[in-house]
Amino acid sequence: MNRQALPQLLEAAFGGNRRALARLISLVENDAPERSAILDAVIPKTGGAWRVGVTGPPGAGKSSLLEEIVMAYRERGKTVGLAAVDPTSPFTGGAFLRDRIRMARAGADPEVFIRSLGSRGSLGGLSAQTEAVLDLFDAAGKDMVFVETLGVGQAELDVAECGYTTVVVLVPESGDGIQAMKAGLMEIGDIFLVNKCDHDGAALLEMELRAALELGSNADSWKPPVIQTSAIEGRGIAEAVEAIEAHRTHLAQNGQLPHLRRRLLERRLRRGVETRVTHALWTDPERAAKLEETLDKLLSGGVGFEESLRALLPEGLDGEES
Amino acid sequence: MDRKIRVLVAKPGLDGHDRGARVVAAALKDAGMEVIYTGLHQTPEMIVEAAIQEDVDVVALSILSGSHMSHFPKVRELLDAAGATDMLITGGGIIPAEDMKVLSEQGIGKLFGPGTDTREVVEYIRGEVSSRNS
Repeated sequence: MNRQALPQLLEAAFGGNRRALARLISLVENDAPERSAILDAVIPKTGGAWRVGVTGPPGAGKSSLLEEIVMAYRERGKTVGLAAVDPTSPFTGGAFLRDRIRMARAGADPEVFIRSLGSRGSLGGLSAQTEAVLDLFDAAGKDMVFVETLGVGQAELDVAECGYTTVVVLVPESGDGIQAMKAGLMEIGDIFLVNKCDHDGAALLEMELRAALELGSNADSWKPPVIQTSAIEGRGIAEAVEAIEAHRTHLAQNGQLPHLRRRLLERRLRRGVETRVTHALWTDPERAAKLEETLDKLLSGGVGFEESLRALLPEGLDGEES
Repeated sequence: MDRKIRVLVAKPGLDGHDRGARVVAAALKDAGMEVIYTGLHQTPEMIVEAAIQEDVDVVALSILSGSHMSHFPKVRELLDAAGATDMLITGGGIIPAEDMKVLSEQGIGKLFGPGTDTREVVEYIRGEVSSRNS
C-alpha cells in the first residue's frame, strides 16, 4: 500500500476506501511531494459536504458534545468526516492526541471517519493542512464535515475561515470571560452552545451571551442562537443540530454561500502565499547574512531601526524608488 | 516533507489500569511522536478502525489482564485483513516470556514488561519504523 500509485489511491479514496483516504491525509499532512497533485485532484470534487467548525476553551466538552452531534447526524443517515486538532509541543514536536477518548461510539462507526491532527506549529487553533483534510473528506463523499479546534483562548480564530457554520462551545465556568471574548470568539460564532448546562450558572451564561450578542452591530440577518446543552444527559443535541441546519438553509436561501466560499478560498490563498513568501525570505542565505550584519550595526548604534528594517526587505518593498 | 511517527496507544478489553499506557504515551510524545490515545475498554475492532483512520505506523497495546494471547493476535488478524500488513504491533504489560515468544511468531513485535526504561521503547519504535520505510 505504501508504494501504491497516486491515481489508484485517489480512486480508492473517492470510492470509499478508508485506508486510502487515511494515506492521502498523511501525504498532505506531511507535505509530501504528492501534496499538490492530491489537492489538484481533490478540490474539483469538493462542494458536496457541509463544513462545520467547532471551537471553544479547553475543557468545554467540545469532543463529547461533538460526538453527540455526530451521532445525531448518523441517525439521520448522514456520513461524517471529523478532524480533531490537539496541540503539538513546540519543544519536542510531539503531540498527545486525545480526542478519540471522548468519541468511542463515533470512532467505532465505519461511516464516521475521525482523524486526529497535531497543530504542528500553527497558532490559530488548527493545523496548516486542516483545510486540505476537510477537502479530502468532502471529495470522499462525506455529507457532513466537522473540524474541532484545540482548546482556544481569545485569539485563535482560524476556525471561522474553514467552516460554513462556526459553533462556539462555552461552559458556565467561562462566564467571567465573556467580556474579554467580545473581540474574538463572540464575533465568529454562528451558533453558541452553553455546554455542561447541568452545572450551576448555565442560565446566567446564556443571558450574558444573549446580551453580548444583542450589542453586536452585525449587519447579517442571521441572529446566532444560544442553546443549552449537556453531552452527558443528551440535552440540547437535537436543538443544536436544528440550529446547524437552520444556518445552512439561511446561507443557501439568501445567496450568501458563493460569497462565503469565495472569501474562505481567498483567505486560504492569501495565507498560502504568505507562508511561502515568509519561508523563502528567511531561507535566503544572503538575507540571513544581512540580518546578522544589520544586527551588529543596530547594536553598535550605527543605524536606526527603521533603516535596518528597510535594509532587510525584498527589493520593491523597501520604499526606495527603483 | 515533515514526516512524524504516529503511534496508536490503546487498552483492549476490560482491564482498567492505564498508568503504564499513559507513561509510555508521554515518553513517545516527548520523543517527538504523535500519539493517538484511545482510552480504556477498546475492542480489537475499535482499535483497528482507529489505526486505519489515523494511518499510524505503530499500534501499541497495554494489557495487564492476562488476555494478551487473544487480543494481540486478533488485532494482527484484523489489521492484516484491512490491508495494513506493514503496521507494527507492539505493547507491554504482564506477559510471560514464553507467551512473548509465541506472539512474536504470530507477527507481533517486541513486547515490554514492568520496569522497562521508556527510552528502550522509543529506540525500538524508531528503529522499526525507519527500517519499514526505507
